[in-house]
Amino acid sequence: MESVQRPHRENLIRWAASRPEVLVLSADLTSSCEADGFRDTYPERFFSMGMAEQNMMGFAAGLAREGFFPYIHTFAVFICRRPFDQVAMSIAYPNLPVRLIGFLPGITTAGGVTHQAIDDIALMRILPNMRILECGDATDVESVLDVAQDIDGPVYVRMLRGEVPRLFDPSEPLRFNRARVLTQGAEVLVLSTGICTEEAVRATQALRTRGLDVGHLHVSTLKPFDDPTVLEAIAKAKRGVITMENHSVIGGLGSAVAELMAERGLGVRLLRIGLQDTYAHGASRQYLMREYGLDAMALVRAVASLIGQPLALTEDDLAAVRLETMRQVDKTEDL
Amino acid sequence: MTAFPRSTLAGSGRILAANGATLLLPRIPSVLRPETTLMAQAGIQPRAQSPAAHIRGVADAVRRRVLEHTLNNNGGYLSQACSSAEILATLYLSVMRLGPSQEPLDPRPFAGVPSSANPGAFTGAGYNGTKAPELDRFIFSPVHYALVLYSLLIELDRLGPDALDDFNRDGSTVELIGAEHSPGHEVTAGSLAQAISQAGGIALARRMRGETGRVWVFMSDGEFQEGQTWEAFAALAYHRLGNIGIYVDANAQQCDGPMDAVMGIEPLAERLCAFGAEVHEVDGHDPVALAAPADSAIERDRPLVVIARTDPCRGLEQLRERAPKLHYVRFKSDAEFATYRSLLDSLRAEAC
Ligand SMILES: Cc1ncc(C[n+]2csc(CCOP(=O)(O)OP(=O)(O)O)c2C)c(N)n1
Repeated sequence: MESVQRPHRENLIRWAASRPEVLVLSADLTSSCEADGFRDTYPERFFSMGMAEQNMMGFAAGLAREGFFPYIHTFAVFICRRPFDQVAMSIAYPNLPVRLIGFLPGITTAGGVTHQAIDDIALMRILPNMRILECGDATDVESVLDVAQDIDGPVYVRMLRGEVPRLFDPSEPLRFNRARVLTQGAEVLVLSTGICTEEAVRATQALRTRGLDVGHLHVSTLKPFDDPTVLEAIAKAKRGVITMENHSVIGGLGSAVAELMAERGLGVRLLRIGLQDTYAHGASRQYLMREYGLDAMALVRAVASLIGQPLALTEDDLAAVRLETMRQVDKTEDL
Repeated sequence: MTAFPRSTLAGSGRILAANGATLLLPRIPSVLRPETTLMAQAGIQPRAQSPAAHIRGVADAVRRRVLEHTLNNNGGYLSQACSSAEILATLYLSVMRLGPSQEPLDPRPFAGVPSSANPGAFTGAGYNGTKAPELDRFIFSPVHYALVLYSLLIELDRLGPDALDDFNRDGSTVELIGAEHSPGHEVTAGSLAQAISQAGGIALARRMRGETGRVWVFMSDGEFQEGQTWEAFAALAYHRLGNIGIYVDANAQQCDGPMDAVMGIEPLAERLCAFGAEVHEVDGHDPVALAAPADSAIERDRPLVVIARTDPCRGLEQLRERAPKLHYVRFKSDAEFATYRSLLDSLRAEAC
């Protein structure tokens, strides 16, 4: 599988070239959030706000009221936790087009509990007017700005940085409120977001070799949450649905799917893979994904539990799965 | 004229009072307690050295250890060691009254996050001694400096010599960004500028209980960009908390580079003074000047702040070549690595 170095950094420079109304605001994490290229290329559109996130949100709101499109760049925790009130009142309530680009989702950082955004989707979901997009690969990263910019109102983007895998064909950009159908299947449905999609693909490929009819969708729009692709897939899943997210199982993808299933009366079981209402600690991503059960093996265990029979798959079987760049199996435009 | 009270540099440091008057405090640091007491506190054998020379020696050993670690891991918060080594060593060896460590020399592994279902969760405060009414408490705020604190704890025999082997290792408490379970840490502080308020609560509780021990907080200058810091200082002054002292590593650096290219905080002394603190501005590499303001004989009814003006490349001239990007050091080439390697060798030779 191909991976791309710092796709957001390059994409932001390229993408902003023809958009003079786009500004970047930073809270002393400019290189860490890959906005250094933008700063150096368009210094007159870059504003250093210091390590003062609450104030930065207010400035972004003011700029947005004046017709600019501020792109906040900082770690996700420093968007969603400390300045939550400012995001809610100064930005979300007036439905201002501020784009909040949050880095280090979930347990992707060794920085420990203070740097791990395990609650950001939940916090942003409960804000009226807020829309939420999450990136799962380099193609998502390179196309998410177009989607965000088209939205009338505030957007929270859960972004990836550094070396990012290319799971999806670059000719198939992220689309608003449209999941990517990675495999079709009628027995069990897996819905995954962000970095969990790569893990899920490992597991679903191995499961299919065992003859299991498992469907898999990659979800990138977490709010709104009424994608007909998702609804149809859930309705088809005979044995049940499994959500898999790099986030608390409360308030994120798992909760959104539970709400949807309950409201539509889609009565199959739902298992939610994610942080089980716990904080984490600082360690490597691989270690934490295993410790908190966010890896491919955790999905295999969940599927076994759903179908009520053990699956003879080992860690080695999963590690042996070769991942290639994928094309969507089904063009969903006409849905 | 500005609206801020101005003062001149006097002796080893300048001192501002809230009313703008220059306070006269003893120039000779009466707080530097006899060598033997210091040593006993740190649990080490007396050496034939002045206290200040001893502190300088420990600070240099901390720099060498952080440099060694940065070389071994090709990365580290090296400039923070350069700027803060004397501040932290002075706090531990001269300013704070701490009991002997209560924790094992080999740090315990991570025992889970705090919850009512996990009675095994712990903090790293035991490395700073027991909690007792007459003893001081230490609250470590800019926890990305953790490597510096761990290194100091090793030099003071509060941690074993191999404790850094656990640094940033899966399942260890010796975390990259210090957590409250990390050695020497007591509160969750990595979302910066939160520790000062928690320390305020601890100081308030201690005053209510009539405890004589004080609360010492170590902060970075970047934290003075956060609004919460100023809310905390307003509350400390309003509640007349004189049992709290704050040491600031004013190295004028932050992630994006020099602070004045990111967001200014000056004039820091005047601003803090206007907020009702007793402010001292000192050479942050001079143990005598650092310790002087903390004289425990003085009864205060306002927070004490020591702004330690420091050099982010102190003791490692080579680092200056990397300026203005000093926040996290990762060597760019084999040649650069070799230069720092031989620098470490010569620093070691000098120390012998
Ligand atoms: C609330 C918050 N915002 C942002 C960060 C990310 N961050 C870590 S260190 C730092 C600033 C570093 O400056 P300073 O605190 O002065 O430390 P030094 O330059 O001495 O390392 C930032 C912005 C953080 N930890 N907490």
